[in-house]
Amino acid sequence: MLSQQLVNGVLLGATYALFALGFTLMFGVLRVINLTYGFYFSAGAFIALFATRQWGFSIWLALPLAAIGSGLIAVLLDWLLLTRLRAKGAPELASLMVTLGAVLALYSAMTLLFGPDIRRLPPDVIGADALVFAGIRVTQAQFLVVGTTAVLVLALVALMRGTRLGVGIRAMAERPDAAELMGIDTARLAALVSFLSGFLAGAGGVLIGLNFNAIQPYMGEQMMLRGFVVIIVGGLGDLRGALIAGLLLGVIEVLTAGYLDSGLKEAVAFAILVAVLWTRPSGLFGQAVLRRA
Amino acid sequence: MTLLSTAGLTRKFAGLVAVDGVDMAVEVGSVHAVIGPNGAGKTTLFNLISGLVEPTSGSIDFNGNDISRLPVHARAGLGMARSFQNIRIFSAMTVLENVLTGLHSTITAGVGAIVLRLPGFHRAEKTAVERARMALELVGLSSKSELLAGALPYGDQRRLEIARAMAAHPRLLLLDEPAAGMNPAETSSLAALVRRIRDAGTTVLLVEHDMGFVMDISDAVTVLNFGRRIFHGPPGAIRQEPAVIEAYLGKKMAARLAARKDGQKAIAP
Amino acid sequence: MTYPPWLDDFLWTYQNVIHALGINGLLALSMYVVLAVGQLSLGQAAFMGLGAYSSALMTLKLHLPFFVVLPASCVVPALFALAIGVPTLRLSGVYLAIATIGLGEVLRAIYLNLDVLGGALGLSGIPQRTETWMIYLLLIVAIAVLWRVGHSRIGRAMEAMREDPNAAQVMGVNVQRYRLGALVASAVLAGVAGALGAHASNFIGPNEYGFEPAVTILSYALLGGIGTPFAPVLGAWILTLLPEVLRGFSDFRGVFNGLIIVLAVLFLPNGLLALRMKRRAA
Repeated sequence: MLSQQLVNGVLLGATYALFALGFTLMFGVLRVINLTYGFYFSAGAFIALFATRQWGFSIWLALPLAAIGSGLIAVLLDWLLLTRLRAKGAPELASLMVTLGAVLALYSAMTLLFGPDIRRLPPDVIGADALVFAGIRVTQAQFLVVGTTAVLVLALVALMRGTRLGVGIRAMAERPDAAELMGIDTARLAALVSFLSGFLAGAGGVLIGLNFNAIQPYMGEQMMLRGFVVIIVGGLGDLRGALIAGLLLGVIEVLTAGYLDSGLKEAVAFAILVAVLWTRPSGLFGQAVLRRA
Repeated sequence: MTLLSTAGLTRKFAGLVAVDGVDMAVEVGSVHAVIGPNGAGKTTLFNLISGLVEPTSGSIDFNGNDISRLPVHARAGLGMARSFQNIRIFSAMTVLENVLTGLHSTITAGVGAIVLRLPGFHRAEKTAVERARMALELVGLSSKSELLAGALPYGDQRRLEIARAMAAHPRLLLLDEPAAGMNPAETSSLAALVRRIRDAGTTVLLVEHDMGFVMDISDAVTVLNFGRRIFHGPPGAIRQEPAVIEAYLGKKMAARLAARKDGQKAIAP
Repeated sequence: MTYPPWLDDFLWTYQNVIHALGINGLLALSMYVVLAVGQLSLGQAAFMGLGAYSSALMTLKLHLPFFVVLPASCVVPALFALAIGVPTLRLSGVYLAIATIGLGEVLRAIYLNLDVLGGALGLSGIPQRTETWMIYLLLIVAIAVLWRVGHSRIGRAMEAMREDPNAAQVMGVNVQRYRLGALVASAVLAGVAGALGAHASNFIGPNEYGFEPAVTILSYALLGGIGTPFAPVLGAWILTLLPEVLRGFSDFRGVFNGLIIVLAVLFLPNGLLALRMKRRAA
């Protein structure tokens, strides 16, 4: 029973980690808490919904399509909302407010267009039978979730560590002014980082939609609480921290639901957030630099 | 008598030691200059003294109190004020309001008195405005008290920053490159202002690149290089100090100068 | 209190709008207090919800009289503001913003899941104890207090720390204390507004204090601007009246209020009423 729950927790945590990775990457490099991030998540899920329902795509095609689509939306929104403020060197709260206003407008518009009801992916989009291994049940959807997450995380690590592009991104994360001096095209890099974040969020949206089989406009909004907990607990801008914190949060939520009350999941997550802010605001893993006032 | 002293003051930033075990003593009633090449740690030293940066180790003593861990605003309450290298006036406020902000901790009216507009509120505000006007007079900005601070020309903004810092009659005034960007005429009127401030009883600690200005007004000089103190003494003695010459001119040049060693006055650093 | 008959008629006909104008004015002020010290709290709707739920429980379960319930309604929001404000306000402003959005989300989940709070159905049968004059008396008092505080050393300190917190600290301003004071004051205002709203409408539910109301309260303050306490109230009145005046507008309210924030930050950083307090002492 406990081992089943631990496995479920890790699987859930994998989606949290995937969602939070893009969020924390965006903050780490672009220095903005971009609240439109949750929208990419909803957008990814809706693209996959249309791709499978209207056009009859398989999930193998719908998933990358949704990720790329969300990535492009992220680039567009970043360009529309933030380039101007970035050029002015506006305070970080101004950027946060712009993205907050934008995301309310986007969710509302999406609800006007598609309605607030919960939609589902076609039932045959992925096999329903589960694999049982040593008494632990793992559905095919869960396999897809954890597999995709693993592939994307490895690809992200390879990109950041092994390519010139990754070096540029990390340089910009550490010293934006120096990056500019080194001849890195920061505008192009900002677009690229936005794309990567949107890509990760979009994929996360499809996977969560698949795992819980529920898609609606505000799903990204509801995911943000988890995103906040993971990026604070992991340390703002810390990719490794987000990965660990995401998995941890998944396990804690599943255990809370299993042994206490599923209605307390959010409360426990938030209590962890507040406790970390009180005790270790730079995150549990000590990578991120604390941003003081 | 010593007003401010540091002992083994050290600050490290990710792999870099910006200030490295600095011992320094500033005498009451003096004008004390800190000089050194770019990146020597002068501004970090100022930030440590005013509390914007916390020391990695070492201590700071101000007027008999260990202030090493005291919050920034509390140091102001003990009689410390400063200006910034890049001017940091409140540009959306008027000149007078800027100076009144400098009097914040001297105005005693509490929230109750403010909300109920008790007599104490009016009295405190009136006293503050009088003191602010005196500070503006000190720097020669009286006629501009109602202008928006952000609209002032550069030199006036520098002087406003000094007026704001001086309004509460601090024991110690820290000036971070006060002469930066000033022409010779402005610099000499600044020197006169610094002397007036000292004569009125405020000790002045300043960072400055303009050597003529430093030599002209300082009673004591501390030279930093790579975060370390390499000289401490009266300004006249700097020219004889090989370590200082080396820091400013580089090893080769200093060696050549020493080799020539023909009794000529060495180049001023 | 009895009103003259013509006023009574008017109040009766437009009661909901009149209540909403006053309560949203108080909420706009609660946002203003935080923005005025250069911080961003997105927990105003959450604080309002805490005030609404705690006051409704005091009335329904403890049967306390309203003159006890109304002032007591600010206690729970203030405690939450302290729990979140103390750790975050020494850090960069993004931490407070994140923690307060999180607060809104988690409270919604708690309201939905706790039976004592009525779950998804919310709490109903709240007796109507709010009188119009109470709302407007509190609004006027709040404006007057904020105006007077604004025209004092505290107001100067607030503007200074908004522009440059480090320079303000060097001037002797205890920036952390003012930030915390502002956050608690804003939670108190929002909590009282929540209690007034709950006892004006008979029913409260978890979705009234969620994400959209939180953002809407910010749009009040940004539309009006934060130069004086009148400006955010005006912003609240405009955005409250628009859906009443324009038919069919309420469907687009979310899109509109969101865009207001985008446009205000990008193009109108001082708000519609780009006024500024003049703080010359008398």
